[in-house]
Amino acid sequence: MRRAVLILTPYLWLLALFLVPFIIVLKISLSDIALAIPPYTPTLDFSEGWRGFKDFLSALDFENFIFLTTDDLYWKAYLSSVRIALIATTLTLLVGYPIAYGMARAPEHWRATLMLLVILPFWTSFLIRVYSWMGILSGEGYLNQFLLWIGLISEPLTILNTPVAVYIGIVYTYLPFMILPIYAALERMDGSLLEAAEDLGCSRLTAFWLITVPLSKNGIIAGCFLVFIPTIGEFVIPSLLGGSQTLMIGKVLWEEFFNNRDWPVASAVAVILLLILIIPIILFQRNEQKQREADG
Amino acid sequence: MGQTVFEPWNDPNEKPLIQFKGVTKRFGEFTAIDNQTLDIFPQEFFALLGPSGCGKTTMMRMLAGFEAPTEGTILLAGQDIAPIPPNKRAVNMMFQSYALFPHLSVWDNIAFGLKRDGMAKQAIGDRVAEMLKLTRLEQFARRKPHQISGGQRQRVALARSLAKAPKLLLLDEPLGALDAKLRQDTQFELMDIQEKTGTTFVIVTHDQEEAMTVASRVAVMDHGRIVQADTPARIYENPNSVYVADFIGDVTIIEGTAKRAAEGYDITFAEGQPVLHAVSDVELTQGQRCSLAIRPEKVSITAEKPEDKRNTLKGKILDIAYLGNLSTYHVELPTGQIIKAQTANTRRLSRRALTWEDEVWLGWTDTAAVLLEQ
Amino acid sequence: MRRLTWFNVTSLTLGFAFLYLPMLLLIVYSFNESKLVTVWAGFSTKWYGTLLSNDAFLDAAWVTVQVAFVSSSIATVLGTMAAYVMVRGGRFMGRTLFSGMIYAPLVMPEVITGLSLLLLFIGIGLDRGIFTIILAHTTFSMCYVSVVVSSRLVSFDRSLEEAALDLGCSPMQAFRLVTLPIIAPAVISGWLLAFTLSLDDLVIASFTAGPSATTLPIKIWSSIRLGVSPEINALSTILIAVVAVGVITASIITKRSALRQQAEERAAERL
Repeated sequence: MRRAVLILTPYLWLLALFLVPFIIVLKISLSDIALAIPPYTPTLDFSEGWRGFKDFLSALDFENFIFLTTDDLYWKAYLSSVRIALIATTLTLLVGYPIAYGMARAPEHWRATLMLLVILPFWTSFLIRVYSWMGILSGEGYLNQFLLWIGLISEPLTILNTPVAVYIGIVYTYLPFMILPIYAALERMDGSLLEAAEDLGCSRLTAFWLITVPLSKNGIIAGCFLVFIPTIGEFVIPSLLGGSQTLMIGKVLWEEFFNNRDWPVASAVAVILLLILIIPIILFQRNEQKQREADG
Repeated sequence: MGQTVFEPWNDPNEKPLIQFKGVTKRFGEFTAIDNQTLDIFPQEFFALLGPSGCGKTTMMRMLAGFEAPTEGTILLAGQDIAPIPPNKRAVNMMFQSYALFPHLSVWDNIAFGLKRDGMAKQAIGDRVAEMLKLTRLEQFARRKPHQISGGQRQRVALARSLAKAPKLLLLDEPLGALDAKLRQDTQFELMDIQEKTGTTFVIVTHDQEEAMTVASRVAVMDHGRIVQADTPARIYENPNSVYVADFIGDVTIIEGTAKRAAEGYDITFAEGQPVLHAVSDVELTQGQRCSLAIRPEKVSITAEKPEDKRNTLKGKILDIAYLGNLSTYHVELPTGQIIKAQTANTRRLSRRALTWEDEVWLGWTDTAAVLLEQ
Repeated sequence: MRRLTWFNVTSLTLGFAFLYLPMLLLIVYSFNESKLVTVWAGFSTKWYGTLLSNDAFLDAAWVTVQVAFVSSSIATVLGTMAAYVMVRGGRFMGRTLFSGMIYAPLVMPEVITGLSLLLLFIGIGLDRGIFTIILAHTTFSMCYVSVVVSSRLVSFDRSLEEAALDLGCSPMQAFRLVTLPIIAPAVISGWLLAFTLSLDDLVIASFTAGPSATTLPIKIWSSIRLGVSPEINALSTILIAVVAVGVITASIITKRSALRQQAEERAAERL
């Protein structure tokens, strides 16, 4: 009895507030826009009984999905989002791995402090940290001021409102998500394995590639998923730093919803995005399960 | 007019406290316990002995209630304990890792089980004081587990498990974490406490010395079965199989063929070697393969052929293991087989007569060895 | 044994510089006299003044704190239950779905979660406001809490629970008297994580807040849309300072108690 309550409470909550909403999104994506409150039709009206339900079903169609395929904007946005996410994830990996590696090799008593330093930005407001880059990357921003001052450039660089700014923003924001799993994997690694490798004739660099990297594989995978999946649907960073040049599906969804007030189309955009993400999400979850079982 | 010997297993009027009846435990494909039947009597100090994976811990956990048998029944004082959950059994366990609650003091750890029973505050106080006295922990009552040493933590675990005066106390490798000197002292302490409280103890261990020291009976286990359950003396002197003979203590096994002879058997074990004789009750057919198990301390080693021993063999000393008080000689026969002989070092090293490469005579009487089927 | 190479030192220095420089610049320029954020015109604390007298910001801040407190508390309870079910629950019907629902929100883009929750609230006719934001935040926070607590539960010594059962506890009592006190630090850090996520959330709050409620992130967002402003710098500095003090204090306390524990253990062995 107790066990049932223990399992059902979070289960039902998640079903009601996580799963059911997705079903509703699906339903709305099959609806039409209407000048009404709520701004879509048909609405499910149980007072009409079974006939009402059948009418309801027949009014649903794939119009919105077809619409998405006709307008260039959408599939370009999906493609652009995946591309940006891939590039950004790779960059984050390239920046994050050396930091995680340095942390793992640091003396014992430094590690706690270094962990703290990595986590501290994560606890501060994400919005504010992205905002701070606006001040750095703008035409009159600190970066340009600095570069002009040391004479490296003669005219301010346009970085803000370009994809480059988005990359910087994503790497900056998601760095802790990449560093922590990799650091955890590296820290667990037995140092004597590297010594054995060197004893058998490996150079430092070879030992790194043949031993360290494969053993930190799980951390790398976890970190990449933690960056890649949310980045595809990112909204804040492309909005603040990317400008109109940068096309990302998260922005498109927001604008469809808030600016165009076209909820059905926004829902269709969300459904397609979900379909794109389902496989990575399942892979991510599988990897986490495997990690859990390996540790426990 | 001697001391009455404690042997309830030989007394038909004694009722066992624990009975395993045809108990089998399977984990998926793996059979941990195989059709086990066993009786354990009240006030015994019973040891389950065997290598890792032999099933001893599984048997204990079934008694505690953390595993249930796949087949068969377990009775405690005549009652089937399968439907009773661990928190309602009159059984308590002392865990290998001690499992002391780190957030509670020593006093609170010991009182924990008593509080669950709804005992009166005064009664709890008295009982905890009694337990602290029994385990000599009075001055550590207020401390937390991380503030006391390993040996003290072990005593807290013991006190906590005895506090509820259970009918049966299970001890899971209780001395494993202690260093050798402390282990010896604690072994005797455990025996003392067991006698004083009159509780039935079942101890699981892989350390044969420990089992032999503390237990009234030892059950030697192998792959889910109890091979022999007997007093330490009988286990040592009368093993019922090569496995038990080999598991406990040091032994030399000589394999040969048996032929009926006066009071026992003649055993031929190799070409050109004298026939050995052993007195035995074992039933063997003519010409059956058998094993002769002889303990090193029963083998004499001399430069001259012994006149008073029925079995004599000639060989060369291959190796000497010097253990301070004893020396074990590994003597190689012309056939290549090695026989171990052990003697006390009654003389100082420099005055010893035997050394490597010496030609020596080994001897033992016809009752010294144990004849076993293959 | 593990020595730092020059490569390690460089990557650590550059890495942390990259992480902290933007925030430092924010803080420095919050004391800028000029309204033009990026042009230094002298030291001044006036922006802090205007900020603290800005009622809209203060109201939004109050709403945000309330939402964060309530949602993180409920999320901690639900998340701990979920963690316990995942780690100790064994097999039950629908476990795969449950596990999927726990992990998915960790990576789900916020626009999708926000949109779906809004459509739910509209669909069932629930008026949007503080209550709906709380519901939304509790839902995604509980998943983070469950990840934190379950990783602690996995390494929890089960023999402690078995000892509790052996001494007469029912499973519920064993959890309450033994497990919970010992995993308390993980539960608390789960609560803190949920609190921070709620405090910081823009996208989901925007979808689920409706016209009546405004949270601080929403307010900051509308301000940022209009461009960089020194008031925002001042607000940022305050938020950074609060978080920094909190995190540093927490870590000092944990470090102190860990050191004390170690010293006591060493002292005990010597007796």
